[in-house]
Amino acid sequence: MKLLSKLTPWILLAVALFILPLILDDFRLNLFGRYFALAITALAIDLIWGYTGLLSLGQGIFFALGGYASAMYLMLNTKSEAGGNGIPKFFENYGVADLPFFWQPFWSPVFTLIAIWLVPAIIAGFVGYLIFRNRIKGVYFSIITQAALMVFYHFFNGQQKLINGTNGLKTSTTELFGLLVGSPDMQLWLYRLTVILLPIAFLICRYFTSGRFGDALIAIRDDELRLRFTGYNPVPFKTIVFIVAGALCGVSGALYTVQSGIVSPQFMTIAMSIEMVIWVAVGGRGTLVGPIIGAVVVNYLRSLVSEALPEMWLFVQGALFIFVVVLMPDGIYGWFKNGGFSRLLAAFGVVHATATYPQLDQDPVVLEEMQASSSSKK
Amino acid sequence: MVAPPLLEMSDVSVSFDGFYALTDLSIRLLPGELRSIIGPNGAGKTTFLDVITGKVKPTKGSVFFRGQPLKGLSEQKISRLGIGRKFQTPRVFDNLSVLRNLELAAVPAKNPLGLITDKLPNSVRDDVQHLLNYVGLAPFARRPAGSLSHGQKQWLAIAMVVAQSPQLILLDEPVAGLTDEETSRTADLIKSLAGEHTVVVIEHDMEFIRDLNAPVTVLHQGSVLTEGFLETVKSDPKVIEVYLGQSQD
Repeated sequence: MKLLSKLTPWILLAVALFILPLILDDFRLNLFGRYFALAITALAIDLIWGYTGLLSLGQGIFFALGGYASAMYLMLNTKSEAGGNGIPKFFENYGVADLPFFWQPFWSPVFTLIAIWLVPAIIAGFVGYLIFRNRIKGVYFSIITQAALMVFYHFFNGQQKLINGTNGLKTSTTELFGLLVGSPDMQLWLYRLTVILLPIAFLICRYFTSGRFGDALIAIRDDELRLRFTGYNPVPFKTIVFIVAGALCGVSGALYTVQSGIVSPQFMTIAMSIEMVIWVAVGGRGTLVGPIIGAVVVNYLRSLVSEALPEMWLFVQGALFIFVVVLMPDGIYGWFKNGGFSRLLAAFGVVHATATYPQLDQDPVVLEEMQASSSSKK
Repeated sequence: MVAPPLLEMSDVSVSFDGFYALTDLSIRLLPGELRSIIGPNGAGKTTFLDVITGKVKPTKGSVFFRGQPLKGLSEQKISRLGIGRKFQTPRVFDNLSVLRNLELAAVPAKNPLGLITDKLPNSVRDDVQHLLNYVGLAPFARRPAGSLSHGQKQWLAIAMVVAQSPQLILLDEPVAGLTDEETSRTADLIKSLAGEHTVVVIEHDMEFIRDLNAPVTVLHQGSVLTEGFLETVKSDPKVIEVYLGQSQD
């Protein structure tokens, strides 16, 4: 049993890496690649919300920034995308002759690979530090992050001349290593990359949530003021996890962009950022497995529902969220972990419910007494 | 020669929108002293602790701790100077285990870098283990603190303050909701802490105050009504008046 639980992550990784590409067609595999990319965002939100209690409704900012960074590199480095003066074609539509200055460094692949996570991290650090230092918490934190999201959305949406505005940047027709990014071969490689990066994101989150650093995060969630009176300044802790979450969202956004074929300000809509939170709530916040389950299950469900009944998805998503909040407050994973499944079986009479308090035989005091009485009998 | 006071509070007033919770309160505490503070509800006992620990900024007056002004310092800085506080309702971190609660309070380097390495000096570990045994929570060390009973949480909250090893320990109603036996154990614990630490105890339980056998300060309407040992204080007509509401004439 112990061996099995130790092997489970490796088995899952092997299945995702080798079995899924065999049994799924290109289209489905690409969808799963996107789900796994979104799961990284879910992990990031779990780190700040599930563990630290910071409900950010603005993670779309960092997600989109990562996406834009990757798309800008691809646009610049694709010959077929270039217009007459060597810069991406769409600039011609707006009469822009020179490449805007912030595009310049994205000629470099190294800079792009760093910018994908560093730019979101810097912005998260700046915004986070200001918010946390001024002791803005709870609902006010959520509102501010949402307001920041709207600012970014309107900026990106309105700047045709800088970033192609509402049309976004299309990556599926760009080239990477001589391959069309939208081609099945490239998509398979991107799928593999995502499957490798997701466990790495998981390990990063585990690094921060286990151990005493994680204790401090949970303490911030439980009673931040009490932690101050214990001698801790919560501000650096919160800023660090917000930075880490921002960086992870950036990576997630880049992976999602190249697999979905386009990055646009739609990534920064309020609805999108709220959906990210829903994935975590459905999967189970405060655990690291939960958000991955949540992101994959909810998005897979979305694909299925949208294919069968277009227009219905939003109703289903709303119902799902209400269902989870009311009946599974700990999410799917939390429900299983807390014995929800066996309780369900008991409710239908498949197995017998426990007759007494099940805790009694686990109570350390009772156990100690039992040990004492059994040893005294000898 | 008189030892310099550990804490000196002079003429502190705290006003909440014109309502004075403290008015010209002056209290000095000597190193190693054990002091009880009593007073009717609304006398300003908790506000007194709020001012020391930085939760409430005084409208007027000054507070010095070991000769250093506490004005303008954040809660965590005051805590690191060596002031530990137990709150009226036991505030513990519900989702951490009892052991982790104590260790979090006992960590010497209270910053992200100090925590990320996940190491704890053996001496600190031993202290925590000793505390756990002393307050009888050792069998519950791995349990989440949220699952403890009220009395156990009180003990854990006191133990967490002690684990910080502050020079000044402020205990706000440490025995509220405890059984008689637990109350007398708490009194023993507090008496053993005094000497090495300066301990301030706020309580309503007069039996407990008598057990402590320490000088008593009576607060009333935000300032010191009288000071002395419990027997003398109890027979003071002013104290009887504020507690029983008798009029002078």
